[in-house]
Amino acid sequence: MSILGTRVLRVEDPRFLTTGGVYTEDLQDDRLAGACYLTFVRSPVAHGRITGIDATEAKASPGVVAVYTAADIADLKVVKPMMPSWNAAMTQTLLASDTVRYVGEPVAVVVTEHPYQGEDAAELVAVDYDPLPVVVTMDDALADTSLLFPEAGTNVIGRFGDPAELDPNLFDGCEVVVSRTIVNQRVAPAPMESRCAAAVWGEDGRLTAWIPNQGAQGTKGALVGRLGLKPEDVRVITPDVGGGFGAKFGIDAESVLTAWVARQLGRPARWSETRYENLLGMTHGRAQQQTVTIGGLRDGTVLAYRLEVVQDGGAYPKIGALLPLLTLLMTSGPYDIPRAESVAVSVVTNTTPTGAYRGAGRPEATAAIERAMDLFAAEAGVDPAEVRRKNLLAPFTEPHQTKFGALYDTGDYAAGLDRVLEAAGYADLRREQAERRARGDVVQLGIGLSSYVEITGGGDESGPPSENATVEVHPDGSATILTGTSPHGQGHETAWAMLASDKLGIPVDKITLKWGDTDLIPEGGGTGGSRSLQQGGAAVQQASEELIEEARGRAAAELEASAADLVFDPAQSAFMVAGDPAAVVPLARLAETERLFVRTVFSAPGATFPFGSHVAVVEVDTETGKATLLRMITVDDAGYVLNPLLAEGQRHGGIAQGAAQALLEEVCYDADGNPLTANFASYPIVTATELPSFELVDMVTPTSYNTLGVKGIGEAGTIGATPAVQNAVVDAVAHLGVRHIDMPTSPQRVWQALRAARSENA
Amino acid sequence: MRVELTVNGQPRADEVEPRLLLVHYLREVLGLRAANVGCDTTSCGACTVLLNGESVKSCTVLAVQAAGGDVVTAEGLSDGEDLHPVQTAFRQEHGLQCGFCTPGMVMATVGLLRENPDPTEAEVREGLEGNICRCTGYHNIVRAVLLAAEMQQVSK
Amino acid sequence: MIPAPFDYVAAESADHALDLLASLGDEAKLLAGGHSLLPMMKLRLATPTTLIDIGGVASLAGIRAEDGELVIGATTRHQAVATSDLVRAEAPLLAHAAGLVGDPQIRHRGTIGGSLAHADPAADMPMALLALGGSVTVQGPAGTRQIAADDFFVGYFETAAGPDELVTEVRIPRAAGQPWGYEKFVRRANDWAIVGAATAGGRIALANMGPVPLRAHAAEQALAGGASADDAAALAADGTEPGEDMHADSEYRRHLARVLTRRALAGRG
Repeated sequence: MSILGTRVLRVEDPRFLTTGGVYTEDLQDDRLAGACYLTFVRSPVAHGRITGIDATEAKASPGVVAVYTAADIADLKVVKPMMPSWNAAMTQTLLASDTVRYVGEPVAVVVTEHPYQGEDAAELVAVDYDPLPVVVTMDDALADTSLLFPEAGTNVIGRFGDPAELDPNLFDGCEVVVSRTIVNQRVAPAPMESRCAAAVWGEDGRLTAWIPNQGAQGTKGALVGRLGLKPEDVRVITPDVGGGFGAKFGIDAESVLTAWVARQLGRPARWSETRYENLLGMTHGRAQQQTVTIGGLRDGTVLAYRLEVVQDGGAYPKIGALLPLLTLLMTSGPYDIPRAESVAVSVVTNTTPTGAYRGAGRPEATAAIERAMDLFAAEAGVDPAEVRRKNLLAPFTEPHQTKFGALYDTGDYAAGLDRVLEAAGYADLRREQAERRARGDVVQLGIGLSSYVEITGGGDESGPPSENATVEVHPDGSATILTGTSPHGQGHETAWAMLASDKLGIPVDKITLKWGDTDLIPEGGGTGGSRSLQQGGAAVQQASEELIEEARGRAAAELEASAADLVFDPAQSAFMVAGDPAAVVPLARLAETERLFVRTVFSAPGATFPFGSHVAVVEVDTETGKATLLRMITVDDAGYVLNPLLAEGQRHGGIAQGAAQALLEEVCYDADGNPLTANFASYPIVTATELPSFELVDMVTPTSYNTLGVKGIGEAGTIGATPAVQNAVVDAVAHLGVRHIDMPTSPQRVWQALRAARSENA
Repeated sequence: MRVELTVNGQPRADEVEPRLLLVHYLREVLGLRAANVGCDTTSCGACTVLLNGESVKSCTVLAVQAAGGDVVTAEGLSDGEDLHPVQTAFRQEHGLQCGFCTPGMVMATVGLLRENPDPTEAEVREGLEGNICRCTGYHNIVRAVLLAAEMQQVSK
Repeated sequence: MIPAPFDYVAAESADHALDLLASLGDEAKLLAGGHSLLPMMKLRLATPTTLIDIGGVASLAGIRAEDGELVIGATTRHQAVATSDLVRAEAPLLAHAAGLVGDPQIRHRGTIGGSLAHADPAADMPMALLALGGSVTVQGPAGTRQIAADDFFVGYFETAAGPDELVTEVRIPRAAGQPWGYEKFVRRANDWAIVGAATAGGRIALANMGPVPLRAHAAEQALAGGASADDAAALAADGTEPGEDMHADSEYRRHLARVLTRRALAGRG
C-alpha cells in the first residue's frame, strides 16, 4: 500500500519538541565566535527631515564598537522601486539619509560587544528631526497635497488599468445595484520568530550569511544586489525559520547591514529585532480600500460587478504595491459574471511598507466580491447561498479562461458550496437564527458564507513555474533530497521524503532533506504562494522516477539482463528480473561504485486554482456588539491530498489567520502616523480562546498539471475564512437593519452599526 | 551577583547581572535554547518554562529571582530517548509547524495538566491563553493537550 | 526589551525592605511578582536604580481569616488567591477576579499587592478591591496604616502609599454567601478590560472608566433607594469621563459600563 495519502507523522518533530529548532538567534557556529551585535536606532516620527545625528554619547557607552549612519554607507546603491513602471523617484537608502518616512525606519545602527549593551547605547544616539506633514490615509495620499517624495510629484506608485476606461453603462439593465466602499485593513504577519541575521566574511573573501527566509536563493540575489557583490562570493544558509507568511522573502535593510558591518569590522556580526521592531519594521499585509459595485436581477442573478482598489504601499514601494495585480486577476472569483471590470492604484503613505501576507492580493479579491455578493443578496432579498449557487461558474475539467487573464485549471465550485452547506447544517442554522430573531434574543446567530477560487504556483518574470530537486541514494540504503523549496513549518522533510519513499522504497526516516543553502542548492523558488508541493514536490517525485531509470542501466549490468526485463519493486527497494525472484539487486548496491543521483527540473504548465467554500457561524451579543466565532466549516479543495495531517494543519493555520482578520486584528496609526499596535498587548493577535475547533470537509478535484494532481493549500484557508466570518457578523444583525460592518468587526464597530441602523429605522 | 538554582535536575551556580532575564540565562549562560523570545510584553509565552513546578514566562523573571528555585525546560522533559507524554501527543496530533512557539507551548501544557489533569476543550483553550501560535490555528494543539491528558490519566 | 541596568537586593524581612527603601530613596522600587514592574522596565518606561525583592519574605505571603476579615499577604500570588478555598468561600468575587488576571503563567508570578500598588485602572485587582470594600495595609517609617480601597487609588497608576512605604497586606470583609457579579469585557481572554464592572454588597466598581477604578455612586444610590437592578445600572456611567483608545470611544465605554453593571448585578451568588 502506498504511503502517499496517509497521515505520516512528521520526521522533523522530535528535535523541535526536545532541544527545540535551531533558529538564527540560536545558532552556535565556530564561524560566529566573537560576533558583535547590531541594534538599530529607528525614527520615532512618521515624516521628518533629519537635521542632525549626534552619536558622541553612544560611542562612549560601554561595549560600543561603532555607530553607523547613512553617511557611512553612502557608497551602497540606493534601493529603487522593484517595478520599472513605478515612480522611479521613490527610492530608499538602507539607513535613512535626509528624510524619514515612517515610524520605525532605521536611521542608525549601534554595534556592541553584547546585545544588552546595544539597547543602552541606542538610547543615547541623539537624532534631530524637523517634522514634515504626515500622510496616513490613502485618501490623503491620493490628494497629493503632501508628498512623501517631492521629486516624484505624486504619492501614486503605479496604476493597474485605467479608470477612464471603466464602462459607465456597466450596470445598465440591472434591477438592483449596490455600491459600497469597504476596507481590507492593514494587518501584521507577525510570525513568532522576528527578523534576525548573522554574517561573517571568511579569509577567502566570501560572505556567509544566516538569515531566516522563505527562499535562500532569492535572499542571496537581493543581498548580492544591495551590496554590489559577486554571486560566487556569497553563501546564504537558512537555519530553522519560525514562520514567514510571505514576509520573509527577499531581504531587509537590517540583514544587509549585518553583512556590511561584518565586513567593515572584520568580525562576525549578529542582529535580532524585538517584537516592537518587528511590528514596525516587517512589511504589513493587506491595506486596501475597495469600492465594490454589484448589480443584477431580483431573482439573484448577478449581471455586473466593478472593483476599484486603492492599495496602501506604505512609505516605500515594495511587494505590497504590486499585489493589486493579483487582486485584479481574481476579480470575478469563482463566478460567471457577464460584465465585470476592475482597476487599482497604489500609493505611498507615512506608514510601514506593505508586502505579501498569506494570500497576498487574493484574499482581498475574495473579500471584496464575497462582501458584494452579500450586499447584493440583502438588497435583492435572496438567500446568500442561493445567490452564490446561481452565479457560480459551472463545473469544468478543461481549463477555463477568465476575462481577467486567469486560466483556471479545474473546478467544481457549486459542489464545494453544496458540500459545505450540508456539513454545516445550513437549513438548521437558518431555522435557529429565525427562532432567535423571533424571540428578539440578545445573542443573535449569524451565518456567513464565502466561495472562493485562488491562484497558486504561478511562474514569475524568470519563466513558467518550475522547481528543481536532486535525489541521491547512498550505499547504506539511505537517501538525500536537495530541494529548491524552503520549508518553515510546512513539513517538507516529511512530505518530500514520502514522495521519494513511494518511488524508491526507502523508508521515510532514512531520507534526509536539505534546503536553503545556496552553495548546495544554487537555484530555487522558495516556499510561498502555495507553490511548494505542486512544483517542489512534483520535482522530487520526478527526480525519484528518473533515478530509478538511471539505476536501471546499472542494474541491468549487475544482473546481466536487459533493462527491458527488469522490474523495480519499491516494496523491496530492488530491481529484479521479471519471473526470476532470485535475480535481485538492491537499489543501494547500485550506488556503491559510483554515486547514484539525479537532478531534475519540474516545469508546470501554469498556475493552479484551488477553490472552496466556507461557512462561519457567529454569535453576536447585540448589547455589547461582541462577536464570538462558534463554528468554521470549510471546503478547501486543492486537489489530491498527499498527507492529510499536513494539509489539515495548513488549512487550520490559514483559517485562524483569516478569521483573525475579520474579527480582531488591525494595525492602527494615529493621525500623526504613530503606531498604536506595535506590541502583542495592543496588536490583538488571535489566541486559542477566540477560536473554535474547525470542521474540515474533504473534497478533491485534481489538477492535470502534475501527476500528483495537487494544487496549493497553504493560503486557501485564509482566503475563504475572512469574508465568511465578516459576512456572518453582518448577517447576525442584518435583521436589525445593518448592511455592512468593516473589518475587524470589533465590538465597538458592531455596536455603532446597530445604533446607526436603529436611528435610521426610527 | 551569584545565583544558585537547579535547572533540569542539575545544580547551577553562576555570576549574573541583576537585569539578566531568566530566559537569557537559560539560553546564553546554560545553552538551553529551546525557550524562545517571541515578544516584549509578556504576551506570547514562547519563553515558558516551569519554575518550582509552575509555568512561568521566563522573559519576565529575572535570573536572580529564580535563586534557590527549580527550573525545568523543554530539554529537561524527556527521559533519555523517551519523550514526555506531552511531547508525544504534540507529535501525534501535528500540534506544531514551525516549532518556534512549541517549547513554550509544551511547558505551558505540562503546567496546565498538573493543575487540571482532565480539562475540557474550553479549559484547554483558556489554559493556553498565554501562548501564541501563528502557524497551527490552535486546533491541533488543543487535540494534543487533550490526548496528553488522556495518556497521563491512563498511565496512572 | 532589556531593562536598563540596576542593582538588586533580596529583602530578608519587611523591615529590611523598609530600611532599604528609606536609604535608597525613590530611585529604588519594590519587586514582588514583577509582572507589572518588569514589563515596564523592559520597555524602559520605568528605570529604577535598585530593585528590592520582597518575593522571598515569608511573612508577606499567605491567606488567613481574622475575625470578620480575610487577610491576604501582599506577595500572595494571583493563582493562590484564585484557588484558595477560604477566598472562594468568603470573597468569591476576589477569587474569580484573581483567576482572570492575565494568563496562567502571569498568575503564577503576579501578586495581589503588586497589582494593587501598580494601580492600573483597567486591571482586575483594583476593581475587585473597590467592589469588595477592602483595604490595604501599608507599612512605612511612620508606622502602619490602613487605607480603604476608596482612598487607595489616587491617580493614573498612582496610589496613596508613599514611595517609602510597603504594602504588606490586603484585607477583605468576609461575606460568605453574599451575591456578587463580575463582568470583564475583553476582545481576547487575556486582555485588560476595555470596561469592567464588579458588584458586591451594594457596591459597584468600574474598571477603565477613568484614571482610577471608580465607584458607580449614582447606581449604588439608586439601588440603595430600592430601584431595580436595571434602573440602577442605567446610571452606572453617570459622572464618569472615560478615556478613548482604539478599542472604545467614551460613548461606547459609557454604554458598556451600563450593560456590564446590569449584568454584574444579575450575576452570581
